[in-house]
Order: sequence, then structure tokens, then C-alpha cells
Amino acid sequence: MLLDHYDPGEFYDEYFETAGTPRQSCQLLLQSLEAMSPFELSQRQSAAEAILLNLGITFNVYGDERGKEKIMPFDILPRIVSAEEWTVLEAGLRQRVTTLNLFLDDIYHDQKILKDGIIPEHVIRSAKSFRTPCVGLNPPRGIWCHINGVDLVRDGTGQMHVLEDNLRCPSGVSYVLENREIMKRTFPQIFRGLNIRPVNDYPGKLLAMLESLAPATDGPPHVAVLTPGSANSAYFEHSFLAMQMGVQLVEGRDLTVREGRVMTRTTKGLEPVDVIYRRIDDDFLDPHAFREDSLIGVPGLMEVYRAGRVAIANAPGTGVADDKVVYAYVPQMIKYYLDEEAIIPNVPTYLCWNESEKDHVLKNLDKLVVKAANEAGGYGMLIGPHADQVTRDAFAEKIVANPRNFIAQPTLGLSRVPVVTGESFEGRHVDLRPYVLCGGDSIFVLPGGLTRVALKKGSLVVNSSQGGGSKDTWVLGGGGAA
Amino acid sequence: MLSRAAECLFWAFRYVERAENIARAIDVNLNLTLDQPGNTADQWAPLYQVTGEEIEFVKRYEKATPANVMRFLTFDSTYSNSILSCLLAARENARSVREVISSEMWEQMNKFYLFVQSASETGRALRNPSDFYREVRTASHLLEGLTAATMSHSEAWQFVRMGRMVERADQTSRILDVKYFILLPQLNLVNSPVDDVQWMAVLKSCSGFEMYRKQYGRLLPMTIVEFLLLDREFPRAVLYCLNSACDCLHRITGFAPDEYLESEVLLEKLRSDLSHSATKQIMNSGLHEFIDGLQGRLNGVGAAIHSDFFAPSDLPAKPNGTRHASLS
Repeated sequence: MLLDHYDPGEFYDEYFETAGTPRQSCQLLLQSLEAMSPFELSQRQSAAEAILLNLGITFNVYGDERGKEKIMPFDILPRIVSAEEWTVLEAGLRQRVTTLNLFLDDIYHDQKILKDGIIPEHVIRSAKSFRTPCVGLNPPRGIWCHINGVDLVRDGTGQMHVLEDNLRCPSGVSYVLENREIMKRTFPQIFRGLNIRPVNDYPGKLLAMLESLAPATDGPPHVAVLTPGSANSAYFEHSFLAMQMGVQLVEGRDLTVREGRVMTRTTKGLEPVDVIYRRIDDDFLDPHAFREDSLIGVPGLMEVYRAGRVAIANAPGTGVADDKVVYAYVPQMIKYYLDEEAIIPNVPTYLCWNESEKDHVLKNLDKLVVKAANEAGGYGMLIGPHADQVTRDAFAEKIVANPRNFIAQPTLGLSRVPVVTGESFEGRHVDLRPYVLCGGDSIFVLPGGLTRVALKKGSLVVNSSQGGGSKDTWVLGGGGAA
Repeated sequence: MLSRAAECLFWAFRYVERAENIARAIDVNLNLTLDQPGNTADQWAPLYQVTGEEIEFVKRYEKATPANVMRFLTFDSTYSNSILSCLLAARENARSVREVISSEMWEQMNKFYLFVQSASETGRALRNPSDFYREVRTASHLLEGLTAATMSHSEAWQFVRMGRMVERADQTSRILDVKYFILLPQLNLVNSPVDDVQWMAVLKSCSGFEMYRKQYGRLLPMTIVEFLLLDREFPRAVLYCLNSACDCLHRITGFAPDEYLESEVLLEKLRSDLSHSATKQIMNSGLHEFIDGLQGRLNGVGAAIHSDFFAPSDLPAKPNGTRHASLS
């Protein structure tokens, strides 16, 4: 058998219960792979990479002059999620996104959750991503976060946890769609045998959701994707989504505010925009409301937004729930707003603003992962067990200097999936980022999501900016092949 | 459509057309070299002289050897009008309107660039240059065909086509200019069947040899000039290109009968002047001077297209677009 010599190691393996014993959900896939030689599989791996290059599916790495454009490394062995597990995860994601939207609406209005003492007031007051200009805003239907990407990881026992929420501009969904297309070209016969839930209706759902946010207009609403420009690391995704939805991709300089509306500069003069799917951070959206030095934003945008004459997804201000200290309170929020227990638990989190937790963190730096509250992309992070003493000491100083800005979590032995390494297979750590669309009436959870894989042997960092790659994620349909 | 997107489309395909024509000009020289061994030394310098890039070349290379000129015009990434630089610019422009063009176009644009880029690293191209430049032409044609077959022939497409046509008009006139300069410095030789080989090469570089033969038979400088400048049916002839560009422009603006944009006025006049020109007259008053004037007016058209469509105008949209000139 093809993966006979594959060693699942001491981690939770997504394919195998123990060496030689595949999980039930993976049996059909492994049987189909049987017909292929390791050489053939390695050929298909190279073919898939060639497709990616020709399609120009690349991302930019900041501060990397030579070859600044890279293909996102891709591994052709899919990650399988059983129908049963997906049912639970989907319910957990709905619960979480519903809660976060309730929280955001509360925190920018009455702040009941603070008054009731569920979250200490100073946590919010000190959150850099809390936007005062957003206080009192009423986004359409009270929904703040329309597109959410939730990072999930497994611990050593196989239990799924939420590692972080991404409520600002979660990226990666274009890779999910492109990965699937490449997999169909790579393994057409396997698709025929398995009941894999499709993902290609995402752009359609996204467009419908965005259109549902539009203020009342005469004709069909005009939707645009707002990008910082082609130098941005996620530019491929911005143009991909605009293309798939058939809407305009605009930069800040293409937009202007005139007579209380947001307009695009076209070859025939100015034309209005009703809904902006923005892929630029709050800080840069509008130099009048946020950072004055922003050159990529639209002066006056927030004014129009406040007047309800343009919709913005995600709403400005959502980043406050991305703060890793605020994240730690999500299970309490779920209890508070929905009176439910969290279906998918958080990773246990130590908050350094709390004196006793800080002491614990400082004493156990060699065992913990420490993260800055407002960083993403694998930056501003210490993986204690993998760091040397000098690095840990330096981090300890930072924590002492600004405890509010740091949290710590146990180092999870993330689950692993086999990857193709030449003509053999080795386990690599993965996470999973499902995408959730929330338009008010309904919530749509894309089956699967982006499986990011740390391609460096032994590494736990899956971010593409740090040598991570991706895999296709197959959620199996219920009733069909299990 | 967005002004920025229109500008990117226009330029992306101008650059592709430019790259293709550089390949054509070089290929013609290669052909001549094969047909006239031993007499090649001074055939290469005009390739960069005609584009006014002599200073750029001399800065970088000592001698106008075939290899140096080919390297300069093909792979020199520090020179902005090399094939490689043109394709890089084309691809970057296309990338920022990725959602406007079809995936097939983008994939071909990307492959085209990667093909030339990897050739620049391996040195393979200059070992077998004829094959390489032929591949460049084919890649450009493939892109043109994919564009016509996979993109709606809407406003965006008109900008694509207009970019190609304006550039092609310019480039064909350049090829004619440089060759005429070398081939026929003395006016009294016009109409004598000299240097068939060289004139064949000129026609071939514009893919026009066979079409010319059908139409005129004998190779005569006068009729060759007529064919490349004033033919209405040959798709690389200057007048054909100007007629097409004019058609694109009218489709973009919507054929408003009374009001014309400045770009429409200039392009209409240019093509009308050209269509009323007689070859004999052109030759008598000097082909080089004529082409010089033509290129100057083409630049004017380019500038007017820029201010009519690309320069951000903050005026509200009108049904027939913003208009500020009328045809006198």
C-alpha cells in the first residue's frame, strides 16, 4: 500500500488512527490512491505546481526583493473531514459568529456586557482595535462581521479548538476554490468515487450576501471589492473574488465622495457604488476618520457610511473582537448572549494583564506559545519550546513592559496530515480555516475551508508568510461514502 | 468602466504589440543575415537607432554586434523597451485588471512572460534566435486570438484593441522607416527591382509577403510602401490599424454625431489625411519625413486618449460621456 511506510508519529494524524490503521473517513481515499505508484503521485504533485505557476496564483512576501512573487506551496494529498465531525463544527461556527455579531453591536452601543461585569471594562478601553468613530453606528441589520474566517486547530487528543477569529479581512478563500479546481484536474477518478461537498458556490453566496446589504437604490446595487492595490500580499485573492462575482475591483484612488455618495471614476464620468467589500484595514479606510496619512483610502467614506448611503463589509470596528485578549472571553460571551455552552472550545489562554497569570506565563515560557494581542500572520509570536533562552528572555521583557498586549497558550501538538516529499510521505502539522458568511437572515458556512500546512519538518507555523502551504479540504457528504 | 482599468488594458496590450514587433524587426535582420552572409556588420545598429535609443545602447554595449543588439532589445531588463521589459509591464498592467480580462487571457499573458523570462536566464534563445522570435510572435498571436474569442466585445475589449492598433500603426511605420533608410537612400532607385531579398524580408517581418504578392505581384519599393502604409485590408498596414482604432474609439464613445472628444477629432483627421494620400506624393516629399509626421500625430492621439478617458475626471456621468470638443 502506498502509505505503508508512513509514520503517524506521536501526534493526532488526520489519516491514521495508528500506523497502518486508516481512519474510517479516509479509507476510500487511500484505496483510490492505491492504484498509483509513488512516482506517479510525485509527477502529479509537480503537475499541480506547474498549473499554479501558469495561473499566476501567487502571493507577495513583504521585504523579499528577489522573487517577491511566490506560488503558495500546495500539497496534493487532501485533508478529509467526516460528515459527522463537520456537522458539529458547522454548528459551532454558527454559534460563534452569531455571538460575535451580538458582541460587536453591544460594544459599540450600550456595552451591557461590560456593565454586567462579564468582560472587564479596561480590556476594551485598552484594545487598540476598538474604534471610537464606530460608536453608535448602525450597520445594515445590525450585522458587523459579514465574512469571518475562524482558525481551528486540534490538540493531541483530537479535540478541535478555536485558535483565533479573523473578523477584519480574513484571506485565503480564493485558495480553497483554486485548490479544488486543481484537485479535480489532478485526481478526477477519485472525485467520482467519493461524495465530496462542493465549494464553488462561495462567490455566488458572497455576492448575494453583499447585495443584501445595499441601501435602497433605484436599480440593482453596485458592489465593488476595495483593494490596497497589486502590491498587496493578497492581491490575487482580491482580483479573483471580484472576477468570480463579476464586480469591479477598485482602489482608493478610483473612488471619491460626491454629493453624499461614494462614486467610482469611470471612462464616462462618476458612477455610484452601494456596497464595498473592503480588503483594507480600518486604519486606512478613510483619512478623515482614521489614519490621516492613509493614501489608499477614500476621504469622506465614513461620513457616507454613517448616513447609511453605502454599506461596508466587514463593518469598520470589527477588529476589536480579534484582539487576542477579547478572544479569550468568547466562551463567556456565548453564555451571556445565547445562554449556551461553546460548541467548539477556545484554546486555554493566559491573560498577562492579570498579575497571577502573568507570573505563571513568565515562569513557564519554555512550554508556552506567547502572542501579541494585535498581531497576525505569525508575527509577534514566541513558540517557547522551539526558542532559545536569549529569545525567551527578550520576550519576557516585552511582556513585563506591556502585559496587556500579551497572551499565552499551551503549545498544542497540532494534528498532522501526510504530505508528498519526493516519492515518500511525511506528516506535517495543519490547521483549518473555515469561512462563514453572515448576511442577517442566514448564515452560510463553506464546507471545509483552507487547510494550511507547515511544510517545514517539525514546524508548527502554518502562515504562508512563514513557509506554510495549503491543501484541499474535503468535507464528505452525509449518507454517501463515509 | 473604471478609468484606471481602461488605462491598464490599453497599455497592457500596447506593450504586448510592441514586444511582438521588436521580435519581428529582429527576425527580419536574422533573415537577411542568412541570405547575405558576410555583409551583416552594419545591419544591426539601425534597429535601435530608429527608436531613438542609441544613447541607451551605447551606455551599455561597446559594439553593435548581432548578439549585443539582440540582448539589448530582447532581454535587457534595465532598458524599458526590451521585449522582456515590455512583457513585464504588460503583465503588471494585466494583473491589475485581472478581473476584467478572461482567465484564459491572463494565463496566456502569464505564460508568455514566464517563457521570455526563463529564456533570458538560460541563454537558449540566442543559440537558436529564429525559433525564439517566432515563438514570441506566436505567443502574441495566441493572446490576440484568445482575447477575441474569450472576452466580451464590450468597452473593455475596445480599449484592448485600440491599444494594439495604435501601437501596431506606430510599429509598422517604424519598420518601414528603418528599412527604407537602409535599403533606399537614393530616390532615383525607386521603382527598380533591386534588392528583392531585402524587400521580401521587410514584408515578411510584417507577415505581409504573401498578401502583397497576391495583390501586386512584383516587388517594387513604391507599391510595397503603398501596401504597408495605405492598404485598407491588410491588418498590419498603418491605414488599416488607424481605421480599426477609430472604430474602437467610436464604439467606446457611442457614435454621438455632433459632439466629438479630442481624441476622436485627432484620430479621424489622421486617418482621413492618410486615406487621401498618394504614395507618389509621399515619396516625392520624403518617406522618412512623412513617417516622422505620422508618428508625431500618433503621439498626439495617445495623449488625447489619455486625457479623454484615463485622467480621473470628477464630472458626473452623462449618458453620452463627457465631451469637450467638436469636429470642425
